[in-house]
Amino acid sequence: MNALLDVVLVAGLLALALHVARARDDQGAIVGFIAFGFLLGLGWVRLASIDVALTEAAIGGGVTGLLLLRVEAHTRDSSAPDRTARPITIAAAAVLCIAVTAGLAFVILNLPSPPPTQAPAAAAALDATGLENPVTAVLLAYRALDTLLEKVVLILALVGVWSLAPDHLWGGAPELRPAVVPEPLSYLARVLPPFGVLIAVYMFWVGADAPGGTFQAGTILAAMWLLVMLAGLRAAPDTRRVTLRLLLIVGPAVFLAVGFLGFAMAGGFLAYPAGAAKPIILGIEAALTLSIAVTLGMLVSGPSKRAPTS
Amino acid sequence: MSSISNPATLFGLCGAALVGIGLFTVIVHPGLLRRIVGFNILGAGIFLIFGAVARRGAGAGFEGDPVPQAMVITGIVVAFSATALAVAMLQRLFDLTGRATLEPPAPEGRPGSET
Repeated sequence: MNALLDVVLVAGLLALALHVARARDDQGAIVGFIAFGFLLGLGWVRLASIDVALTEAAIGGGVTGLLLLRVEAHTRDSSAPDRTARPITIAAAAVLCIAVTAGLAFVILNLPSPPPTQAPAAAAALDATGLENPVTAVLLAYRALDTLLEKVVLILALVGVWSLAPDHLWGGAPELRPAVVPEPLSYLARVLPPFGVLIAVYMFWVGADAPGGTFQAGTILAAMWLLVMLAGLRAAPDTRRVTLRLLLIVGPAVFLAVGFLGFAMAGGFLAYPAGAAKPIILGIEAALTLSIAVTLGMLVSGPSKRAPTS
Repeated sequence: MSSISNPATLFGLCGAALVGIGLFTVIVHPGLLRRIVGFNILGAGIFLIFGAVARRGAGAGFEGDPVPQAMVITGIVVAFSATALAVAMLQRLFDLTGRATLEPPAPEGRPGSET
C-alpha cells in the first residue's frame, strides 16, 4: 500500500516536472510548479523528514509560487519567445541531461552499504543541547555557522533585490496590491492572519522538540503579512524605514552577538555555555523567526514601485 | 544494488530524473522565467537525493540522518533567495527592454517584436 503511494507520488512529480518543461505558457508552468512543491512535501513525509516537508511545502511551493506568479503577471505582455533553440541544440542538451540523470541514478543504486550516518553522533550530543528535535539541534547547535551564513545570504539577496529599483524610487515601497481586490481575498486577509500567527508561534515553540522551527514559523508569518498586503489592507512599508531595517537584521545580529559571546562564556565562536543552551537557542530562534518573516515578505514583494513618501 | 521498492531508492531515482528535467529546461527554454522554474526543479532533485541519503542513514532512534536533512532546509532557503534575486533581475530587464528573454530579437521585424 505504501509502496503504491510512493510510486504514485513519484509519477506525479515527474509528470508535473515534464509539464513545467513543456507547458506552452508560463502561467500554466508556474501553477504546475506550485502543485509540484506540495507533492514534493508529501514525498518528504515518505522520506521521514517532516521538518523538510514543512519547509518545502511552505517555501518551495507556496512562497516561491507567489513570487513567480507576481513576476509572470508583470512580464506577461512580452512577446512570447518562440522556440528558438535549434534541433541540434535540443538533441545535445537531451543527451547531456540523460547522461547526468543516468550518472546520478547509478550512484544512487550503488550507495555504500551499510550507509554512513551522523545520526548516532547527533543523538549522543542531543542531551547537552536540551533539545529533542535533532534537525533543530543540527541547525542551531552543531552546524550553527551554516545557519548564520544562510541568514546573511537572505539579507544579501534582499539588498540585491532592492538595488534593482530605478534611482528615483530608491527607498520607496514595493506594490503588491492588484488593481481590483477580489472580495474573497479581502475576506481571507481579515480572517486568516490570527490563526496563521497562532500556528506560527506554535511551530516556533514546538520546533525545539518536534518537527517545526524558525523557517517554517517565519514563512507562515510572512505568508500572513503578504496576504494582508495583497488584499490592500496594509500597504507595504517604505524600504528606507528604520524600523523595517532593524527588524530585518535583529535575527542575524542576535545570532552573531551570541556567537561572539561564545568566546567569553564557552571558549569558542557560537559555543553555548553548558546547561543554558536551550534558552539561548530559543532566544536566537525567536529573533530569527521575526527577521525571516520580514525578509521573506520583502523578498516576495520585490523592488520599490513607488517613490518614498515625504 | 538496493531494491527499488525501498522509498529511499525510489525517491533518489526520482531526484536524479528531476535533475535531468530541470537542467534540460534551463538549457533549452528561451524564456528566462521558465529557466528560473527549471532551476528550482533541478534544485528539488538534488534535495531529494540528499533526502534519500538521509533516509538510508536512519539510526540511533531517528528515522533519518538529521545532518543532510538540516542541510536541505538551509538549501531550500538559499535557493529561494537566489530565485527572488533572479526574478527581480528579470523584472528589471523587462522594464528596461520590454523583453523577458536573452535571445536576440528576430531579424525581420516579426509582429510583436519591439525594435
